[in-house]
Amino acid sequence: MSQFKLDYLDLLEAESIHIMREVAGQFERPALLFSGGKDSITLVQLALKAFKPGKIPFPLVHIDTGHNFPEAIKYRDEVVERTGAKLIVRNVADTIKAKGLKEQTGKFASRNALQSYTLLDTIEEFGFDACIGGARRDEEKARAKERIFSVRDEFGAWDPKRQRPELWNLYNGKIAKGENVRVFPISNWVELDVWNYIKRENIELPSIYFTHEREVLVHGEYLVAVSPFIRIDEGDVIETRRVRYRTVGDMTCTAAVESTASTIDDIVAEIHKTNISERGETRIDDQVSEAAMEDRKKNGYF
Amino acid sequence: MDLLRFITAGSVDDGKSTLIGRLLYDTDSIKVDQLETILKQSKNKSEGEIDLALFTDGLRAEREQGITIDVAYKYFNTDKRKFIIADAPGHIQYTRNMVTGASNSDLIIILVDARQGVIEQTRRHSIIASLLAIPHVVVTVNKMDMVHYSEAVYNDIVLDYMKMAEQLNIKDVTFIPISALNGDNIVKPSANTPWYEGETLLNLLETIDIANDINHTDPRFAVQYVIRPQSEDLHDYRGYAGKVVSGVYKKGDLVTVLPEGIDSEIEAVEINGEEVDVAFAPQSAVIRLKHDIDVNRGNVIATQANMPQVSQEVEAMLCWMDTKPLTPGNKYLIQVHGKTVRCVVKEINYQLDVNTLQRHENISQANLNDIVNVTIKTASPIVFDSYESLRANGGAILIDETAFTTVAGCMLQ
Repeated sequence: MSQFKLDYLDLLEAESIHIMREVAGQFERPALLFSGGKDSITLVQLALKAFKPGKIPFPLVHIDTGHNFPEAIKYRDEVVERTGAKLIVRNVADTIKAKGLKEQTGKFASRNALQSYTLLDTIEEFGFDACIGGARRDEEKARAKERIFSVRDEFGAWDPKRQRPELWNLYNGKIAKGENVRVFPISNWVELDVWNYIKRENIELPSIYFTHEREVLVHGEYLVAVSPFIRIDEGDVIETRRVRYRTVGDMTCTAAVESTASTIDDIVAEIHKTNISERGETRIDDQVSEAAMEDRKKNGYF
Repeated sequence: MDLLRFITAGSVDDGKSTLIGRLLYDTDSIKVDQLETILKQSKNKSEGEIDLALFTDGLRAEREQGITIDVAYKYFNTDKRKFIIADAPGHIQYTRNMVTGASNSDLIIILVDARQGVIEQTRRHSIIASLLAIPHVVVTVNKMDMVHYSEAVYNDIVLDYMKMAEQLNIKDVTFIPISALNGDNIVKPSANTPWYEGETLLNLLETIDIANDINHTDPRFAVQYVIRPQSEDLHDYRGYAGKVVSGVYKKGDLVTVLPEGIDSEIEAVEINGEEVDVAFAPQSAVIRLKHDIDVNRGNVIATQANMPQVSQEVEAMLCWMDTKPLTPGNKYLIQVHGKTVRCVVKEINYQLDVNTLQRHENISQANLNDIVNVTIKTASPIVFDSYESLRANGGAILIDETAFTTVAGCMLQ
């Protein structure tokens, strides 16, 4: 029966599409969290394929920290234009003002943790019962223990001990009023799978994923883009380097990597060779403590 | 390149974490920064030596309480395959975790400590592997270095295991003498076991035939969602989006929509919005039917020549996963693919002792981690196959009606 063999990317895609359809079938008001990064771009592609020839039956939601790369915002708007998907944007700055939240201070003051407040408000405002996110289990050890359907309480909190066992491909999306489910369709993908899929599907990406010249602050091992959102101190080393982004988060906490990769093929080759993990190389926010992600997730982070 | 999912069963003492660490380390799946974190934690070891077990170390909550939560997933790949490891804790109270991890696995690695041989835990892991119908079993006899790589010790363990496995439904079993700590027969053949002529563990994982584990003979299509664009150009389009659970579907197939039993014919099979010749398990696809009939989420489309069971009463082996015990007469929701209906567990027929295979009758309740045989009555008919004959269409879960937690995994019979 060897004529019915599937490549690993086909298998991953089939599983992710199945999960997308479970969301559409089980929930009344789902949403897809879209940041303009490669993982959520992959989610959009999977959602498109899951519901063809229909449109994606849920809105894309962007929690805008105000610290985005302009290229990512431009890309976001193009995707909406191209797919006809509905886009909802909510700003962290508005939440900060309305709730009188205290912003982080310091050199790379980040709104990453404050995003959770805006996300929870948005979930409440629209009554979302499921939010699809692009987290992958290979990213981080707190993620490795996350279910594909992850039930969160009213405060969005993740309780690793309250997780539902997930058997076969049966996903239990039943929730009480006020609770919601975070759904991770690409849980079983690793970074390289995402890149190989983007290559295979010929998906367009924001330009910052490819090599470009940029003014960066050289901070230890990290290259941080010079932007109005970071504090430049006297004595800081600022240089122009050929860089690209391996992951796209906020300008305040995502570091660039030196690279001359100008095509997807170059990027795949580069990641094949690299001996540093994605988060280790690029996420300044994870370096705070060993349990940084675990703590954020317990506070409603996606 | 394809994909193999496997589960490792054993406790920390058997060297399970070391084995996983070894596989990741020797296949270059560990990045420098991750290694540095581990090296920092391996302080107690002598210079340059790393504690491979730390690669599977978990959350702070776990470290603080000295426990392991649920199942963790690890990933690595070689040129031949992508691998997904379900890492489930092996202690007795964690049957639930092992059942969860085993449900999706193509293969199980059962660790046996060469010094201890086949023990109660080995039997328990093998019984669960057999219940969950994992197609391939690999018994790794670990810590061979501690028994001077003795062929006699290894052979005795193999014989013991074979004898024990006779009573179980284990089809394909392979034995490998290893030392996870030293890397013997994990990635490279070991000079310490010249008497062993079999494959290394990695080679076996890379080459074992899993393509034939997927059923392509009994067509079952679980409808998840109805696509109705209602746009101008697709005004009358109605596509049933779902999963090919098993079997193969093509245009012209005479089908029946279950549980209602309404006949129709396949007008088209589509993937990614385009018509295809065939869709086969485990693909996600869209089926369009010739007749305008009512098909919804939860329906199963089967071919008229090959039908699953449709019933309101079913026997099942179930693993109880909740702290609140199961008592006969309790009502739950049962979920089989897209269908969720109310049900009552009418009777507990017997409890299976996972250490001895003995059946205990006259059981008044089932507790967390118990495996019991029950009779379930459902409020409306469900569509399924016996788990033993068609694994992909024989699994179900029970959901608590008010707390909505998943309380049991069921192998329907």
